[in-house]
Amino acid sequence: MNQRIKKLRDQSQNAIPRISAERALLVTEFYKSGLAQQVSAPVRRALAFKYILENKKICINDGELIVGERGPEPKAVPTYPEINLHSPEDLEVLHNRPKVWFRSDEETRRAYKEVVIPFWKGKTNRERIFANLDREWKDAYQAGVFTEFQEQRAPGHTVLGKKMFQKGFRDLKEEVARAMEKLDFFNDPEALDKREELKAMDIAADAIILFAERHARKLEELAKAESDADRKIELMEMAAICRKVPAHAPETFHEALQHYWFIHVGVVTEVNPWDSFNPGRLDQHLMPFYEKETRAETLTRESAKELLSSFWIKFNNHPAPPKIGVTAKESSTYTDFALINLGGVKEDGSDAVNEMTYILLDVIEDMRLLQPSSMIQVSKKNSDRFIKRTARIIKTGFGQPSVFNTDAIIQELLYQGKDIIDARNGGASGCVETGAFGTESYILTGYFNLVKIAELTLNNGTDPVTGKQVGLKTGEAESFQSFEELMEAFKQQLNYFVDIKVKGSNIIDRIYAKNIPVPFLSLLIDDCIVKGKDYNAGGARYNTSYIQGVGLGSLTDILTSLKYHVFDKKDMSMQRLLDAVKHNFEGEDELRFKLLNQTPKYGNDDDYADTQAVRIFEIFFDAVNGRPNTKGGHFRINLLPTTSHVYFGSVTGATPDGRLARKPLSEGISPFQGADRKGPSAVIKSAAKIDHLRTGGTLLNQKFTPQILEDDKGLDSLVHLIRAYFRMDGHHIQFNVVTAGTLRHAQKHPEEHKDLIVRVAGYSDYFNDLGEELQDEIIRRTENVAF
Amino acid sequence: MNISDNTTALSSVSRGKKGVEGVIFDIKHYAIHDGPGIRQTVFLKGCPLSCWWCHNPESRDKEIFTYEKQETIDGRKLYYTETVGKNYGMVELLSGLEKDRIFFEESGGGVTFSGGEPLLQADFLLEALRQCRQREIHTCVDTTGFVSSSRMEEAARHTDLFLYDLKVMDDRLHQKYTGVSNVQILDNLQLIDSLGKEVWIRYPLIPGLNDDENNVFRMLDFLTRLTRKPPVQLLTYHKIGKHKYSRFGIPYKMKGVEEPSPEEIENIKKHFEDAGFEVSIGG
Repeated sequence: MNQRIKKLRDQSQNAIPRISAERALLVTEFYKSGLAQQVSAPVRRALAFKYILENKKICINDGELIVGERGPEPKAVPTYPEINLHSPEDLEVLHNRPKVWFRSDEETRRAYKEVVIPFWKGKTNRERIFANLDREWKDAYQAGVFTEFQEQRAPGHTVLGKKMFQKGFRDLKEEVARAMEKLDFFNDPEALDKREELKAMDIAADAIILFAERHARKLEELAKAESDADRKIELMEMAAICRKVPAHAPETFHEALQHYWFIHVGVVTEVNPWDSFNPGRLDQHLMPFYEKETRAETLTRESAKELLSSFWIKFNNHPAPPKIGVTAKESSTYTDFALINLGGVKEDGSDAVNEMTYILLDVIEDMRLLQPSSMIQVSKKNSDRFIKRTARIIKTGFGQPSVFNTDAIIQELLYQGKDIIDARNGGASGCVETGAFGTESYILTGYFNLVKIAELTLNNGTDPVTGKQVGLKTGEAESFQSFEELMEAFKQQLNYFVDIKVKGSNIIDRIYAKNIPVPFLSLLIDDCIVKGKDYNAGGARYNTSYIQGVGLGSLTDILTSLKYHVFDKKDMSMQRLLDAVKHNFEGEDELRFKLLNQTPKYGNDDDYADTQAVRIFEIFFDAVNGRPNTKGGHFRINLLPTTSHVYFGSVTGATPDGRLARKPLSEGISPFQGADRKGPSAVIKSAAKIDHLRTGGTLLNQKFTPQILEDDKGLDSLVHLIRAYFRMDGHHIQFNVVTAGTLRHAQKHPEEHKDLIVRVAGYSDYFNDLGEELQDEIIRRTENVAF
Repeated sequence: MNISDNTTALSSVSRGKKGVEGVIFDIKHYAIHDGPGIRQTVFLKGCPLSCWWCHNPESRDKEIFTYEKQETIDGRKLYYTETVGKNYGMVELLSGLEKDRIFFEESGGGVTFSGGEPLLQADFLLEALRQCRQREIHTCVDTTGFVSSSRMEEAARHTDLFLYDLKVMDDRLHQKYTGVSNVQILDNLQLIDSLGKEVWIRYPLIPGLNDDENNVFRMLDFLTRLTRKPPVQLLTYHKIGKHKYSRFGIPYKMKGVEEPSPEEIENIKKHFEDAGFEVSIGG
């Protein structure tokens, strides 16, 4: 890392996350103008987007090579009042909360109080959503049965494909014009809507070109004033690049990075989409530029690395937009989930690992930043060397890169009906979500608390935490004569809540389609232009809605406990067990010990327990999979938690697996913390028993002590372990390589461990930024090392 | 779905050889330092040696026994009966191995029979080795070498690789530290070497007891005379087994013995390397 990069990295690391009212004020100004009222929704959104990009402050950080900030400076985070309006109390909470805070100054608060709030109160999308949801939905949401991703942030959940590394916005404008020409008002009843959408796309394309030109002008000004001759030249070169991209297709390595970055800033300025945005298969996209330039000797490996480092820092400058309430609990992190994909296969099916893959791994290792997240795609066609190189980064213990099974991802996409070329151009984004890059909208609708469903089932539909009847009356638990009766009741409850969730999601989707179209994002994802349809209204080639199941490991252990003790061994009555649960195992140490330590558990390759995991999977799958969504696609399942396993645990009482009330649930498809006693091979055997290929992603967390990866044999064995999991069609595995002792020390002395990064779930985070519950949970996850 | 079900495949075993049972005190999965690849290490109970530094003193006695184990739950003490050792039939052992087959295949691993001294339960071990060969599971036997030559020869027929412990070359000291003579041990090593078996030597480094140059040079001298130079693994002494001595009421003789320093380990490693041996540390 050279001086320049070190300085930029420090600036990024030390920047204070704070709220900027800039975007909120600009969007308010625009909506107040008469113009906003006179045009269609898509055109209104495009004009708002243009207004922001025309008027926002241009930020160019000293020494940087890639330019463009979403806010006025690094980590100054804009807000999106048209989607979710923060109240003065929200700003206060965001300012003061102990973790994942955002400072706001007097001026910002005043702007909110005097301008933003008076205009937007009662008009936001969030209010529109809650006004349209029914009582059953709200009851379930309040009880913590599920969360809702779109209540504070717009849908997004997509990744750029390769086309945008080959095209400029002038090319897209031509495509838009052609689509406009093809509109058939004689035979297409939607022709007017399409024309409005295409008009909006055209405006959005102009907006981003203009934004780049503003950067060019600013760079030229800076060049004029620059005394350092080298930097002067550099600034002039950067200005020239901003005059060229993103209007035109990039031709050099530097242009390609700057081109993407403008696109990225555009996507996260238009709305606050989940998972920010993502360049996807970066090694594939960049290799042609790198090859061409190194051959022409206009670029060296080192200068490419410097550009990439500057690019990396841009991601780190952009924390996730401020989240509040349940959204903050389910995703309590600054990380905004841009997940760089490396490796995998090319669209012809051949090994995609190239020199750029290894360069990017070097950059990941060097930069050691939270953002962007990184992962490797591993196909059977990729070499062991590739995995081993990655393992050398993993062993340094910052949780990155995570490891994905390309062959599984492709089969998952094919199962959903995608074309094989689109599937091979895909990968995983966010935490672990499978997607066809450049062609798919794959929305996460919300987390689904599988354990809460069991709790409601055991309480005849009443939530024991609040005493409220939330679910169906499926019978008193003591009346179940067999395990099958219990499972039947569970299934009924689960289907009931999935119905509610799907209904809510379909309502919310249409609210976004009508009120918050995204013409800029629509330019990027095929086939929105050709169809003349917005991304949020089904314009993408593929449209998938996911419900993310949480607590598979915990629920498996709960059902296994009941089956083992109550119905098979009959050494405990249902009443006795539920009494202990009701009293949070107070005075029941022996019983709890038995449940924790003398009962079959998921994660040990024990079919007695694992059979229940498979069963739960199938019930959840049947309830969700294949239902139509509003965009011509379908609902599917995946299994991942972000931080919702902590939130869901906090609204769930004690459970028959021995878990205490309010404690976190298991995360992803990992075993409950400490329940796995037979090492990583047994864990992956258990985890592979569910059919990953019928999901859109599963998340498996694996702990390792640093000692076990110390030598070459340890690294080789890790490679073999990964290969074995993937041979069994496992989707994803990530590693935490840190000792529980280190974490405990960090909890007591946070000041000494400012740089300690751990794997949470599908992303890494600073240990210090995690809530105490989550810190404890990760310590428990880490310390049970029996081998 | 991948729920493994090997009962059909195993039924022939259970019909044919009923009653061969072994006493196993632990099974370790994802064992990566007990031979090549990822292995399952099966610890057979019972050992004729009583090495001072033994990590698993509860493994010496072949009999299964119980003791009161103390656990804490939310900081409160809880006592329960823990059993050390479990009877395994061949079916159970083999179905457990089959569960890890995918790891053996991916990594070139297999099963390692360790102990105690696995050859002490010869009937069970030999049957297990035969069954593994039939199933193409690579086998290691981690042995003290302290068994009759006929038994060692029989085992060698069915074993792919021996992990052979060499501790002290001086017989008097060997007797002092392990309770038995090393004559048979050294003879057996020469025997399996002459049979052309693959052997890896494991040398536990115990500071002050067997890490002196005299012992090292005598070992080198002995090993150089084998038909081929075996790879050598230096196992560094850890005090991790200490608490077990008080728990099981076994006299602890290692007071004051420290773990070897990295410099010392390097020094010994160099002696072996200079003599042309391939050396690794920590197995």
